[in-house]
Amino acid sequence: MSDIADRVKKIVVEHLGVEEDKVTETASFIDDLGADSLDTVELVMAFEEEFGIEIPDDAAETIQTFGDAVKFITEAA
Amino acid sequence: MFDLTGKTALVTGASGGIGAEIARVLHGAGAMVALSGTRLEPLERLVAELGGRAHVLACNLSDVAEVEGLVKRAAEAMGSVDVLVNNAGITRDGLMMRMSDDDWQSVIDVNLTATFRLCRAAVRGMMKARWGRIVNISSVVGTTGNGGQVNYAASKAGMVGMSKSLAVEVASRGITVNCVAPGFIETAMTEKLNDTQRAAILGNVPAGRMGTPPEIAAAVLYLASSEAGYVTGATLHVNGGMAMI
Repeated sequence: MSDIADRVKKIVVEHLGVEEDKVTETASFIDDLGADSLDTVELVMAFEEEFGIEIPDDAAETIQTFGDAVKFITEAA
Repeated sequence: MFDLTGKTALVTGASGGIGAEIARVLHGAGAMVALSGTRLEPLERLVAELGGRAHVLACNLSDVAEVEGLVKRAAEAMGSVDVLVNNAGITRDGLMMRMSDDDWQSVIDVNLTATFRLCRAAVRGMMKARWGRIVNISSVVGTTGNGGQVNYAASKAGMVGMSKSLAVEVASRGITVNCVAPGFIETAMTEKLNDTQRAAILGNVPAGRMGTPPEIAAAVLYLASSEAGYVTGATLHVNGGMAMI
C-alpha cells in the first residue's frame, strides 16, 4: 500500500475509532464506518492538514469511500 | 460546582468592564485565561492582578488577519482553547435615516463577523477534544430592539441566531454554544447616559437598578461549566426583569 494510503488510513482509524481491517478500498465513511456529516467534514479537514492541500467543497462531496480519498489526495498532492 | 481547573478560556474585549470581570471570574474558578483586547495597558494590569495562568493577546477585531490568528495564538499560549467568550463589542449609535454605511458595517464586522470567525476557528480544537464551551455576549436590545441602535441590535440578534445554528451543528461533540444577554449594566458604555436617560431606563427595570459586571460574569461561568453540559442554544437574559423573554 502506498504511503498516502497508509497516512489516510491512520487518520480514518484514529478519527472514527474503527478497526484497521474495516477500512477497505470501497468502505463508505458514512454507510460502513459509522461517520456522520460532521465526521466527514472533520476527515476532509484532517486530510487537508496532513497533506497540505485544499479540498474544495464540491470535491469533498465526491469523497465517499476510503478509496475515493486516497485517489483524490494522490492526484492533488 | 462550576470548577474550571485545567480548562483554558479566551475572552475578547477583556479590557472592558464586563470582559475584565468575566476573565476574573473564570480565572477564579481555576481556568487559565487569555485576555484579548485593543488597549494593552488595562489588560496588562489585569494579568498582574490575576497573578499566574493569564496571558495578554492584543487583537483588533476589525482587522480580519488579526481575528483569524487570535484563536491560534491563544492555543499556543495556553495549549488549547476550551472556552471561548465573545464579549467584545462596539456601538455606533444613530437614527437609521442618518446612519452611514460605515457605522452599520463596522458594528456588524466587530460584533457579529468577528464572533463568527472566532467561533469557526475555536470549534476545530473543541471538536477534537470532544468538549467545548462557547458563550457569546449578546444584549437585551437584540431581542427587544432599541431606537438609535439598528446596527447594534442587528448584530446582537444575529449572534443569537448564529449561536443556535452552531449549537445544532456541534452538540454531538460535547460542545455547547449559548448567549448571555445583559440588560443595562454599569459600564463605560452606559456611563455616557445622562440622568434623564438613566431615570427613563430604570423606570422600565423592575429591579430598580442597573446590573453589575459580576452578575454577567456569573452567568458566563455557569454556561462555561461542565454542569451546564445539557444547556445549548440558549440565551440567558440578565436584565433585572426589564424584558421577560
